[in-house]
Amino acid sequence: MPQGTPEQMEAMTKRWMDWIAGIAAQGKLADRGNRLADTGRVVKGSNVVTNGPFTEIKESIGGYSAVKADSYDEAVELAKGCPILNVGGNVEVREISLL
Amino acid sequence: MEQQELIPHLFRTEFRKITAVLCKLFGIAHIEVAEDIAGETFLSALETWPYRGIPENPTAWLYSVAKNKAKNLINRSHIFAEKIVKEVQTATPLSEEIVIDLSEKNITDSQLQMLFAICHPSISAEAQIGLALRILCGFGIDEIANALLTNKETISKRLLRAKEKLRQEKVQIEFPGPAEINNRIEPVLTTLYLLFNEGYYSESNDTVLREELCLEAMRLTHLLIENELTDQPKVNALLSLMCFQSSRFAARKNENGDTILYHDQDESLWNHELIEKGVYFLNCSAKGNEISKYHLEASIAWWHTIKEDTKEKWESILQLFNHLLQTEYSPIAALNRTYALSKANGKEAAIMEAEKLKLVDNHFYFTLLGELYTDIDNNKAKLNYEKAFSLAKTITDKQTIQKKLNSLK
Repeated sequence: MPQGTPEQMEAMTKRWMDWIAGIAAQGKLADRGNRLADTGRVVKGSNVVTNGPFTEIKESIGGYSAVKADSYDEAVELAKGCPILNVGGNVEVREISLL
Repeated sequence: MEQQELIPHLFRTEFRKITAVLCKLFGIAHIEVAEDIAGETFLSALETWPYRGIPENPTAWLYSVAKNKAKNLINRSHIFAEKIVKEVQTATPLSEEIVIDLSEKNITDSQLQMLFAICHPSISAEAQIGLALRILCGFGIDEIANALLTNKETISKRLLRAKEKLRQEKVQIEFPGPAEINNRIEPVLTTLYLLFNEGYYSESNDTVLREELCLEAMRLTHLLIENELTDQPKVNALLSLMCFQSSRFAARKNENGDTILYHDQDESLWNHELIEKGVYFLNCSAKGNEISKYHLEASIAWWHTIKEDTKEKWESILQLFNHLLQTEYSPIAALNRTYALSKANGKEAAIMEAEKLKLVDNHFYFTLLGELYTDIDNNKAKLNYEKAFSLAKTITDKQTIQKKLNSLK
């Protein structure tokens, strides 16, 4: 979760809104998704519960969005606009396999 | 008011009321009987008034003639009596005689219930608009054809098919229950929104008729607001949107009927009373948990009541469009959003986004690209405007694009 001054956070929100709406403007947004809070619990086998969803991987997943794309290449193109990339974050692109 | 003006005037205001009340009484299957009685009532006025003079209370005269005609029909026609009177009487078992209630309350309720019946999902949006214009706004078939830019035969067929469908589906003329109202009001709002747009963006040259379409859409939306069952935040938002849009009516055309684009309009011609009403209904809409597309569009329309270009204005409009697109995709919203993006983030950023939209059969798309490339790459601007010109279907659109082409250096 990037931290900063209120102005920086606002600028970040704007960039994020502009980016996600750019995908929506192409008719390719399936679900805007949500931000994930930076608190959480990890549940392991034999009912061991620890704090924090990222105790071992040292990375947090900040949020998710679902897009409509015909290929990984197309989805990757859409992901390239994500403003998290400007502040050292990554975007992981995964296909959803329907159950 | 002179007689030759009075009857058409009363026709416009009273035909729909008589039709709605009778239709409510007889049931949707007999919508034509209701229309016929209302029509014959006005025929009687046309025949009688020139000789006997205008009655003291013309509206009361019309209502009493309509009631008599309805009663005569019920008494005369056995088939009609057997088929309908049974239904009517079972609906109102205590009354021996059928009551034809033309009180203000019943008129309004009947019109609202008809609005819900007409906006039934079983018939197409264009048929809903046609029926609303005929039954709820009292438009003649030729006026509807003119307003919707088609011919009388098409409209007649469309209305016949729609009425048949409503019969088959046995659509009831009633208020939806509290549980369903939220679902049922959506298609009603869509129809009113389309009805308004039909007037606002129509290519019909008849300015008076087009304004009337908008006013009718506003009147019906207002009816919804006056009823506590349907006085929902999103209905207020829709009316607010309509007020803001129609405030620019007088400024949108010059004396030759040519379109004047927003940027070139004389603000002193904007209707400030309507803008104030729009603000009032926008405030009324700020309740509840739902931000409907009407809320977003009304907020965008509010920003457009401020002519001056400021960073705040365009940034707000951009974010509203961002929100709107995530709620519901539409190509027009995508194009408008890209224009707002050019104003808020600059033309270069907007060009990159616009090139991704690929709405290649839409002339507005190429007009937008032409606009964005102007002063950045005038050659590309010209190519895009030319493409837009070849795709544009109406003379007005072609003229607007030609002006843009001419102003390119």
